[in-house]
Amino acid sequence: MSNQSYSETNESADLHVTGEAVYVDDIPVGGQLLTGRVVISPYAHAKIVSFDLRDARRIPGVHAVLAHADIPGDNQMGPVVKDEPCLAADEVTFCGQAVFLIAAETEQQCREAERLIQVAYEPLDAILDIETAMSNDSLMGSHRRIERGDVEAAFAASDHIIEGELRTGAQEHWYLETQACLCVPGERDEITAYSSTQHPSETQALIAGVLGIRRNSVVVEVRRMGGGFGGKETQANHTACWTALLCRATRRPVKIRLFRDDDMIMTGKRHRFLTRYKAGFTGNGILEAVRIELNADGGAATDLSFAILERAMLHADNSYYIANFSVTGAIWKTNLPPNTAMRGFGGPQGTAAIETVVDRVARFLRKDPAEIRSRNFYGTISRNTTHYGQTVENNRLPEMYNQLIRSSDYRERRIAVDEFNATHEFYKKGLALTPVKFGISFTTSFLNQAGALVNIYTDGTILVNHGGTEMGQGLHSKIRHIAAREFGVSLKRVKVSATNTSKVPNTSATAASTGSDLNGMAVRNAAATLKSRIAETIAEVFSEENRSSPTFASHIVFEDESIIDGDHPERRIAFADAMPIMQHRQVSLSATGYYRTPDIGWDREKGRGKPFHYYAFGMAVSEVLLDLLTGRHKLLRTDILHDTGTSINPAIDIGQVEGGFIQGVGWCTTEEIKWDENGRLMTHSPDTYKIPTVGDIPQDFRVSLLRTDPNPGTIHGSKAVGEPPFMLSLSVWLAIKDAVSAVAGHELEPEFSLPATYEVILLSIEKLKAKTLKEASL
Amino acid sequence: MTRVTVKTTINHRKYELAPDPNQTLLDILREELGLTGTKRGCEIGQCGACTVLIDGRAANSCLVLAPQIDGKEILTVEGLASDGRLHPLQESFMDHDAVHCGFCTPGMLMSAKDLLDHAPHPSEEEIRVGISGNLCRCTGYVQIVDAIHDAAERLGKKERIEN
Repeated sequence: MSNQSYSETNESADLHVTGEAVYVDDIPVGGQLLTGRVVISPYAHAKIVSFDLRDARRIPGVHAVLAHADIPGDNQMGPVVKDEPCLAADEVTFCGQAVFLIAAETEQQCREAERLIQVAYEPLDAILDIETAMSNDSLMGSHRRIERGDVEAAFAASDHIIEGELRTGAQEHWYLETQACLCVPGERDEITAYSSTQHPSETQALIAGVLGIRRNSVVVEVRRMGGGFGGKETQANHTACWTALLCRATRRPVKIRLFRDDDMIMTGKRHRFLTRYKAGFTGNGILEAVRIELNADGGAATDLSFAILERAMLHADNSYYIANFSVTGAIWKTNLPPNTAMRGFGGPQGTAAIETVVDRVARFLRKDPAEIRSRNFYGTISRNTTHYGQTVENNRLPEMYNQLIRSSDYRERRIAVDEFNATHEFYKKGLALTPVKFGISFTTSFLNQAGALVNIYTDGTILVNHGGTEMGQGLHSKIRHIAAREFGVSLKRVKVSATNTSKVPNTSATAASTGSDLNGMAVRNAAATLKSRIAETIAEVFSEENRSSPTFASHIVFEDESIIDGDHPERRIAFADAMPIMQHRQVSLSATGYYRTPDIGWDREKGRGKPFHYYAFGMAVSEVLLDLLTGRHKLLRTDILHDTGTSINPAIDIGQVEGGFIQGVGWCTTEEIKWDENGRLMTHSPDTYKIPTVGDIPQDFRVSLLRTDPNPGTIHGSKAVGEPPFMLSLSVWLAIKDAVSAVAGHELEPEFSLPATYEVILLSIEKLKAKTLKEASL
Repeated sequence: MTRVTVKTTINHRKYELAPDPNQTLLDILREELGLTGTKRGCEIGQCGACTVLIDGRAANSCLVLAPQIDGKEILTVEGLASDGRLHPLQESFMDHDAVHCGFCTPGMLMSAKDLLDHAPHPSEEEIRVGISGNLCRCTGYVQIVDAIHDAAERLGKKERIEN
């Protein structure tokens, strides 16, 4: 059946709609499979005084119960900084930290064994929020700073000053497929891990580390993930390491698939931030000086917090030129699960800060916020360098603004919203436009590299292996398009393999929206090597047949499923027919490709350089209807214009824009993470943690891709699309704030935080009403 | 635990099973029968990834205990195509790129089938209600709603031709 149906867009769609697509939990394993379970800490911070595993080990069907001392290699799974034990040794530092591992024949036996583990904990004081961490000087690493100009002098010279604080919340990834790994033992110390990971090479390295074996004994394979969103960039390693330890201890295949609630309790989230800001501006709303202090809740271990804070600092300008700008940042260590990558990677938190500033400036001046935004946009010729010194090249912001203001009927709707608000007491409408400028590249510059291995078989079929992983973002589908285009063949001829560390080694994570940029280029480079070999051989063949006018290899073209002499188009051979000739003439049909992003560099210490290969731009206008009595709101309409360069696959890109935006709407509105006073996660299930459903999407949703020139220096002129649209959701958050603000006739600044839950909205409205009454009575 | 005898039809095939009474339908499908198209998402009936049809109506198979399927007809995503032809919903999901990571897709398809079987010409609002119990974290739902619309039209055309 799969052979009959075929999608041009999605290389696996036929498998998904028939239920044949295989995820880790679906891989058929023989009768030897054991189930793994992780026993976690019930305390946010405690000493492990003693434990006894003997009773647990006696349960029939239980094959292994492991503690830290049973780890044959390093008890370590920190991805960058080695501060994250695989299993807690003397101390637990967050609720949900792994302490013991169990492998048994059934889940029930695992649970029985868990009940019989005896542990004595001695609870210690725990730090559960950023303020407490600050007052205890619980700093992770050091303070960071990126500055330009003289902020203090510019404040003194500014017409107006505003100051404030913004809290942005944590966010759970809520990938539909929870963390999962299946490990199968091989000969000697070999092990194969089928892991739902965004970073197979790191998973391989950490498995080798905990097992105390060499990396050439570990193979990690990823067919696909049921969603990643950054949550499987480093923290898939954990489940993989635990599974590998149980596999090694039992010498049997072992699978761990975290239950949803366990996954939510054990894994880190998007960092919550406490941001303080001060801004000086002119009477026209031009930002003269801004100071932003970003404080991130890092959780109990470093994970990727440094890079996340850095990206937040590099996006605290969003789309605005700020002549005098100081951005400082700190990560605070708390007793919560180590926070980690999530779509946007600090970008949303930095962007939310400056969007709050610009929004406030507009309200202060009683001006239209979209107008104030456009006045502060980066210029195309002047006012076009960022606070870290990179020039904003090919700036699309002014052009997109003009287009979107028109296509969304922004001005007419602004008037209509004001009229509605003037005539409705219990309902208010809000409207907001927000832009996004998002830097594309890993800010840790050396990570911007990728590899590929392309094989052509003698039947003319092509198998593409590359270092990127498929998590639903459509990477493999784009890679298939790229390969087909390079060889001038139909999509049907090309298959993209599962990602496998034995085929393409030492890869970077599929992250930072760079998957198709980096791997696409590596695939193109591999294809170029093969094409040059094929061209030489086929030119020989053509020349042998036409001795008077030989074919030049450099004039061979690949198109229409054929290999053609560009000078003599009648000399052609079908692609598939050429491949057996290659084999007979003893020429390899397998080649590797490698790519590194050119001309980028970032001096972390100085806070200066060109960290990004280019910028992706987007803009959104959202309108909401708010019920003042309940805080309930409806997203009436969203218009998005997004820049993907020359899209490799518009259907995928539009899907990414819509999906990223809606995930952002969740972060901005309903997704609220709460811990109790003991550091236990209260919102650990979809019962209490609400990601957007279909009912939460805009009633009227208009998404289009910017018609624009090809992006220079990228694969087929395209731009990355994974993360940038996430931040467009701030238009919804600010539209809600606009509606709240209408309660006081836009005369007062509402107290607001993110997510804008019903509770936040109602409290904000009440405070505005109280202030209005007070002012009226004076 | 005393096993129970359960007679059921799954994807048009008759089965006589002897599960533990506390096994869920989801366990039976995935672990006993190898029908892994039905996914484990939350296991508390909130995400819809495990949706199947029981006597033609959508149900979360993680909340259905084995004895409850005695005498029932179950349809899973693996049984959606018939005679080697995809169901129009499957085709339209492919055509509208309604599949991203794919993990919600089987449940989404089954909820959509229930909807179209009972409301062949649904409004956009009815479609939204019809899949309101199915979470998707990738797509933003738009392509899914479009795909269901389109499938309804395809089914309507097919019906007209057959009549």
